[in-house]
Amino acid sequence: MEVSLSINGEVRSFDVEPRTLLVHLLRDHAKLTGTHVACETSICGACTVLLDGQAVKSCTVLAVQADGCEVTTIEGFAEDGKLHPIQEQFWEKHGLQCGFCTPGMILTAYQLLERNPDPSEAEIRRGIDGNICRCTGYQHIVDAIQAAAVELGKK
Amino acid sequence: MAKAPAAPKFIGSPIKRREDPKLLRGLARYVDDIDLPGTLHMAIVRSSFGRAGIRSVDINALTDLPGVVAVYTAADLEGVGPVPVSGLVPDARVPVQPVLANKEVRFAGEPVAAVICETRYGAADAAALVDVDFEPKEAVVDLEKALAPGAPKVHEDYDDNVAFNWELVGGDVEKGLAEADVIVKQKIVNGRVVPLALETRGVLASYDPGEEKLTLWSSTQVPHKLRTHIADQIGMAENRVRVITPEVGGGFGSKLNIYREEALAAYISRDLGRPVKWIESRSENFLATIHGRGQMGEVEMGLMKDGTLIALRYTVLADCGAYYQYLTVAIFTLTGLMIPGPYKLPNVEMKVTGVFTNKIATDAYRGAGRPEATYVLERIMDIAAAEIGMDPAEIRRKNFPAKSEFPFATAAGLSYDSGDYAGALDKALENAGYADMRREQVEARKEGRYLGIGLSTYVEVCGMGPSAALGGQGWESARVRVEPGGKVTVFSGASPHGQGQKTSFAQLVADGLGVDINNIEVIHGDTDTVPFGVGTFGSRGTVVGGSAVVIACDKVKEKMARYAAMKLEADASDIEFAGGKVYVRSAPEKSADFAEIAGLAYSAMELPPGTDPGLEETHFFEPPNFTFPFGAHVVLAEVDPATGDVKILRYVAVDDVGNQINPLLVAGQIHGGIAQGAGQALEEEILYDTGGQLINGSLMHYSLPKAGLFPRFELDHTTTPTDVNPLGAKGVGEAGTIGSTPAVVNAVVDALSPFGVRHLDMPVRPERIWRAAAAKGEQG
Repeated sequence: MEVSLSINGEVRSFDVEPRTLLVHLLRDHAKLTGTHVACETSICGACTVLLDGQAVKSCTVLAVQADGCEVTTIEGFAEDGKLHPIQEQFWEKHGLQCGFCTPGMILTAYQLLERNPDPSEAEIRRGIDGNICRCTGYQHIVDAIQAAAVELGKK
Repeated sequence: MAKAPAAPKFIGSPIKRREDPKLLRGLARYVDDIDLPGTLHMAIVRSSFGRAGIRSVDINALTDLPGVVAVYTAADLEGVGPVPVSGLVPDARVPVQPVLANKEVRFAGEPVAAVICETRYGAADAAALVDVDFEPKEAVVDLEKALAPGAPKVHEDYDDNVAFNWELVGGDVEKGLAEADVIVKQKIVNGRVVPLALETRGVLASYDPGEEKLTLWSSTQVPHKLRTHIADQIGMAENRVRVITPEVGGGFGSKLNIYREEALAAYISRDLGRPVKWIESRSENFLATIHGRGQMGEVEMGLMKDGTLIALRYTVLADCGAYYQYLTVAIFTLTGLMIPGPYKLPNVEMKVTGVFTNKIATDAYRGAGRPEATYVLERIMDIAAAEIGMDPAEIRRKNFPAKSEFPFATAAGLSYDSGDYAGALDKALENAGYADMRREQVEARKEGRYLGIGLSTYVEVCGMGPSAALGGQGWESARVRVEPGGKVTVFSGASPHGQGQKTSFAQLVADGLGVDINNIEVIHGDTDTVPFGVGTFGSRGTVVGGSAVVIACDKVKEKMARYAAMKLEADASDIEFAGGKVYVRSAPEKSADFAEIAGLAYSAMELPPGTDPGLEETHFFEPPNFTFPFGAHVVLAEVDPATGDVKILRYVAVDDVGNQINPLLVAGQIHGGIAQGAGQALEEEILYDTGGQLINGSLMHYSLPKAGLFPRFELDHTTTPTDVNPLGAKGVGEAGTIGSTPAVVNAVVDALSPFGVRHLDMPVRPERIWRAAAAKGEQG
């Protein structure tokens, strides 16, 4: 089946099997491997991308469901080569170790801050409940999102 | 003009990681991100039974399936060696673990056949069509039942399911127990958990028929060990196999093993002359990647009424699984070595019976044997304190060796390098406001709220370790090269996978050579590039690997000083390195750029006397002892006996890991460790049914800690350096996991003390709490 979608601002078309998952379209067909697969059951959030601006777990979205949509992956998140403030703060606060959950965590954080630009710590912890990190114990991730909220608030 | 040498500029600073930009941009390449032309995909057909015979494997349904290239069964792999094991104890039974099962499968998930296909989806489809005719047999799951007379046997050719017997005896436990005023006993289960690195295992094997060379990209913690063993398994020369660890998405011990799929991909790539990729699914990860822990035992401790500990005995059944992985047996012995913990315990005994079961092997999981020891000890300490009516902090403090007693020889035969255990406990109690916490607890109970305070004081054995104690390969290697233009390249034999040593090693070298950190490149994880190395596990990366870097750096510096001395017409011993310059200490106006001297070492036509060209030195660092980090954790938790719900209100930790190279990374390690340990305490446990089926083998059914489970961790530290290595660092990878599990359980049990509860097995999930509270009702 032909699927046409905008990925990080570029409209691209792919011929895929109907059962192809969005995450596999992105990784195997579009060759954008920043989006990761870690649980295959939509629990861990490593595969999170923005689909028409909404954070979705791309391991439970069929590629055909994304036909005609706009997808933002981690590769398209930094604008003009400059890290987004959320990326910057994950770096500053040591919000990542092995890095495998990081792309999904960042895109989830983006949606969280879109909806709530000044979240409390408890709101952040609840907001990233759908993303699992096995390395950091979450504290530096929470710190990073808080700091990013401050940075984004200055804009 | 050059200045006098500055204090360390980089070591000890919370420098943000140099690893991060590519990870943040999604540009890092994990093994599944590597895309070689012509790659075939491998899917594994696995046992769907805990124990079964294999009558036949029928692949006829695959005959005309498009894209299927080959199917391999055990019969196709004659000559491929079994899975390697290490760290055995004398007289252990060592079952042969073939890469594919032949006549019998011994755990659910055991590989039976490998299907090779042009596409990933196609491989999965084809694997589902392989028809294995299993003959199900009664499985061995429960450890006690496994040892009962007449139990079914995991391995028919052994008399029973005993894998090994091992004991550690220090002092005279029988005599000690006879002399004790009080004896406390408790049965304790430390169940199986999954390491669950977020990146599953994966391997890409590519055989080059022209070069007759095999390259293996693998998500592993031990590239050189993998190279040695894979070469051996498939009959290639070691130096014709290259192992590359690309980005590795966590390990926690699980990737410290050599697994069947690595040998399969390697063999099949050579056989077919094309690259072969296998990426583990999460359900395969649950089934066929090692589990951690798996001990079921009884602890017995004798003490005096004043709290003085006299003797401790731990008798335990160890769940080995059906076959050993790399260090299955050794992990249980580490529990024995650490069973005295941070206490003066003159008489200790640990007796382990290893048991074969129809499950995947247990092996190293973050802490690897030490969390088990600490858990048993810290639980029985609380039980003992309650028994004699002493505060849990007091009984601990009473039994610590004093700071002046180090190095401290334990009854288990180790020499603890340095410590100030009371110092760490006092600081933790102070930071927690322990006395206020106790008052708050009393007040809350009047209001019908159940607060619990849990302590754990721990010491762990780290910096693995002296070769003699590890059965070889306790060292780590490093090579430091100053390039002709003045840049510095560090090659490490360690293999970090999230710990951040591209940053911390660069900090070491930047200070060592007095150059800017941005001029330093750190390379690891490629057996064709780095010196022969051991790997990253056992909190050894910085402690042993970093020490190798520092000494290699010193060697380069010593040589470079001779070139500088020639240029500056001074004595080499009078040369100092700082601020990107090299200068004469006694005449600081005489200096040269670091880069100029670097260039000289490669381009000089006349050499300093007795000096070879080039600036590249290697060092293999052999540590003279283990290191022993320690600490004290305090947890305040609230338990709702009506629902069994637990809320951690505060988590206070004081850890002493010796000197810290990068406090930001140290904090990250401790946070992550605490979360993993607390996860086991509250939520995590692998469950098999009586037939050997893993019944919670997905993240929908196995609960991992999420962000909302925790309050902010309140970290602090004391600093007691070690003299075991030039860094004075003790290692931090596992500390949090070791301290947290007992602290959390102790808090929950303490909260339930009004109900007469003195122990609950992990995970202390709501149902267990509710049942315990409901069964006993509030007493007194």
